[in-house]
Amino acid sequence: MDQLLYYPDNPHILSILIFLPLAGALLLLFVRNEFFARYWALGVTTLTAIFSLQLLSGFDSTTTKYQFVEKITWIESLNIQYVVGMDGISILLVMLTTLIMPLCVLASWSYIKTRVQAFMVCLLIMETAMLGVFVALDFVLFYILWEAMLIPMYMLIAIWGGPRKIYASIKFFLYTLAGSVMLLVAIIWLYLQNDYSFFIPDMMWQDYSSTSQIYIFLAFFLAFAIKVPMFPFHTWLPAAHVEAPTAGSVILASVLLKMGTYGFLRFAIPMTPEATMLLAPAILWLSIAGIMYGGFTALAQHDMKKLIAYSSVGHMGFVTLGIFVLNQQGVEGAILQMINHGVTTGALFLCIGMIYERTHSRELRDATGVGKHMPIFVTFLAFFSLSSFGFPATNSFVGEFMIIAGTFEHDIVLALACIPGAVLAAAYMLRMLQKIIWGGTDNPDQSWITDLNMREIVTLAPFLFFVFWIGLDAQPFIDLMKVSVENLLNNYHSVTAPAVAATELIIH
Amino acid sequence: MQFLPELTLLGAGLIIFLVSLGKANAERTRNIAIGLGAAIFGSTLLSYCAEGKLFFGAYQVDLFSQVFKTLIAGAMLGVLIFGQNLKGIVKEVHPEYYLFLFMGVLGLMMLVSSVELISIFVSLELSSFAVYIMVPMRDDSGKFRFQMEAGIKYLLFGVSATGFMLFGMSYMYGLTGSTDLATVISKYSTMWSHPAYVISMVMVLAGFFYKLAIFPFHFWVPDVYQGASNETTAFIATVPKLAATALLIRLVSSISADGQVIVNILMICAVASMFYGNLSALVQKDLKRMLGFSGIAHAGFVLLGLLTFQMTGYASAMYYIIGYVLMNLACFLVICAVSQNGENVMIEDLSGLHKRAPLLAFTLAVGLFALAGIPPFVGFMGKFMLLAAALKEGYMLVVILAAINTAIAIYYYLSVVRVAYCSDPEEKGAVAAPSLLINATSVVLLAAIVIMGVSPQKFVDFASTAVKTIM
Repeated sequence: MDQLLYYPDNPHILSILIFLPLAGALLLLFVRNEFFARYWALGVTTLTAIFSLQLLSGFDSTTTKYQFVEKITWIESLNIQYVVGMDGISILLVMLTTLIMPLCVLASWSYIKTRVQAFMVCLLIMETAMLGVFVALDFVLFYILWEAMLIPMYMLIAIWGGPRKIYASIKFFLYTLAGSVMLLVAIIWLYLQNDYSFFIPDMMWQDYSSTSQIYIFLAFFLAFAIKVPMFPFHTWLPAAHVEAPTAGSVILASVLLKMGTYGFLRFAIPMTPEATMLLAPAILWLSIAGIMYGGFTALAQHDMKKLIAYSSVGHMGFVTLGIFVLNQQGVEGAILQMINHGVTTGALFLCIGMIYERTHSRELRDATGVGKHMPIFVTFLAFFSLSSFGFPATNSFVGEFMIIAGTFEHDIVLALACIPGAVLAAAYMLRMLQKIIWGGTDNPDQSWITDLNMREIVTLAPFLFFVFWIGLDAQPFIDLMKVSVENLLNNYHSVTAPAVAATELIIH
Repeated sequence: MQFLPELTLLGAGLIIFLVSLGKANAERTRNIAIGLGAAIFGSTLLSYCAEGKLFFGAYQVDLFSQVFKTLIAGAMLGVLIFGQNLKGIVKEVHPEYYLFLFMGVLGLMMLVSSVELISIFVSLELSSFAVYIMVPMRDDSGKFRFQMEAGIKYLLFGVSATGFMLFGMSYMYGLTGSTDLATVISKYSTMWSHPAYVISMVMVLAGFFYKLAIFPFHFWVPDVYQGASNETTAFIATVPKLAATALLIRLVSSISADGQVIVNILMICAVASMFYGNLSALVQKDLKRMLGFSGIAHAGFVLLGLLTFQMTGYASAMYYIIGYVLMNLACFLVICAVSQNGENVMIEDLSGLHKRAPLLAFTLAVGLFALAGIPPFVGFMGKFMLLAAALKEGYMLVVILAAINTAIAIYYYLSVVRVAYCSDPEEKGAVAAPSLLINATSVVLLAAIVIMGVSPQKFVDFASTAVKTIM
């Protein structure tokens, strides 16, 4: 418990943040006015975003302790507590979530025409669940929010989705749920091992036997790898992305996928360090496979949303690569890249959504040459695309650079193996960009297309701001997580040191 | 006071009997029945804290039995309210239907208090025979006579299960020289190495497995659920399961760790129920049939809690069955409301329900997500507690298999929600707006499902206190 640090001023700050959207959603249940629903959802999410700025100013980045902690006994007989807290690993993800949500509401302003209240209720419930997942320090609380999120997300895809929404939504739900049932067993096992405690920090850096660590790690891996998604567990992602409404795609890409990698950092490494050490090489190569696979498949897509979806598989491959090289640069790069991917890919999905609202097609050939008629739009698109393949001075460049540098430090073969992935990213993004801006001689007639309106510009502008802020000055972001990452890795190395020594002894 | 609920039920039966003598008036009968149901529920609340022994120790009134009686009366009241129009029952026999319903409930209430083999048998038979007759009372508008098939299946399987049980009881008496459950249990708890003890216990358990629909005593479930009218199925799917669980908890508490054979048998039954129920439910088109199969799977989960032979396990099982009854009532409420003339509800009949009846669609979605074990509903908490209790006793393999079952089950629940929410209502007629009372019932059920899931502490404490009184 010494790891806790209580927030002196307002002990409920995180709880207010988590439950604000839920309260907004409950109120919205009783409203039958679409106009009001839109403004209300925008207001609530914006308020949440502004409220979350307090966390940033109150956050102490020099300590490894959990901050803004609030702890209430919830279910006494099972020793389940409502504990929330934040450290350097989760703060950026929380901020990302609160940033994305108002923009998602804006992006759905005219895109969603049916059952608007229900849509906004789903969005708000999603926000509560997502924020909760990132700050939960009790494993049951985490699991409940992790699972509860499936219902609104399922609804978002299944009700407001595209033509194959039924297939996509069920696949999404089944995959994620099937992946996480073993997580539940692992949670209960850890609880029994730790004197009936579900408190997450209690479970970390414990001396579980190597065999059980491997089983626990595999349970974690199944749940988190599906969520990331890592190759070969990625097949639900393109389906879900393609069919989801724009806001759904953005939430999926920007926040939901990060939960998998967050899970690796928060649970897999601290709770099963030995198993992590043993299995990291396999995961690293799976990440490389994901990068290459995502890149090549993206290169072959005609559907823009599918293209971005597959590029996500590749980008998330970089993130898992950074996490499992297990050095400072790699992990910091990975966390930064999680944010970058959230910003860039979220923005790209918004861009595709804006074209789709105009042409009602996600096909690349229907959007060729719109650059002529939508100059503002293609300016945004160009910057986001450049950012997506890690062009210098954009955010992804910093993240990918750190990950690759970390990989070099770890294993040069691995680093060389991921370089083609970076090149592939440039290839498929430039191909898309070229077609959308200029196209060829056989462009469809698009003279009727209107450029972005003010609302859409406002929606995209914050993303562009972050693309350049992180791209040009990433230090403030890295400073936030530095100490927590250092602490994680120090603990990891000290716990696994005996095991490393033992293997070296065998080798020599 | 100790016998008040049962007396009220008897009185209710008499009043309904008198009503049945006069000229049939559906509306009046209905109102009387609901009023009597409320009175019965009230009487269980009144005698809630009663304690004592009746009938020379054959009848135990304690917190455990009173809690279950209250639940039984509550669930019955729920069924009476949302099945109030008895759409699927032949017009002429409405009063008789209520009469048998009350008699069945009387049997179940007596069952949870019985602590003597003969009285267990008598009350079980009382409850069973009443329900055997309720099944074929269905209005045979389609002239398919499904209800007759269902009735005869229910009867035959029921009678053979009871036969097993009676045979097992005779062994019990022969081995212990007593029909008093406490004496039997104390003798049994040290003698698990003898096959005769194991066999007799398994046979007695069979009678309750039949009520709870645990594999391999589940064969009646799909056809009876399908063949009986919606109201009857709602009753069969909920109320008897409460009583069966109560008696199982009483019986199983005698089994100690020495009874490894019987533990293994129960374990196999639990896992087989889960797999059989969930895999069969995947392909169902009739909503009631699907819920029947899902009920088999859930019964397996309840058994998992009993397998722990620990207080926490029993309390979790009790919590789970209460939750299960609530979720099931929510689903059957929707079935009864959607079915216009008492016909069965196919899954595709629900298409576009969200437009036709938003509250019903929401109730159905919450009920099904809860059955699937998605947080924050009661189904998740119950499942979680059962798994935790079972893992604590070291049943790793069973817990993993149960977890896999959760993943299988989600598909068919989700398919129903999908139809209700994501497809458009072509040519499907409008659902008659449910009455205020039914809407209120569904809101109460929804609130209970959510509250029990979000703050289970009080309920679990309560279940533990109740279970402690019989240990």
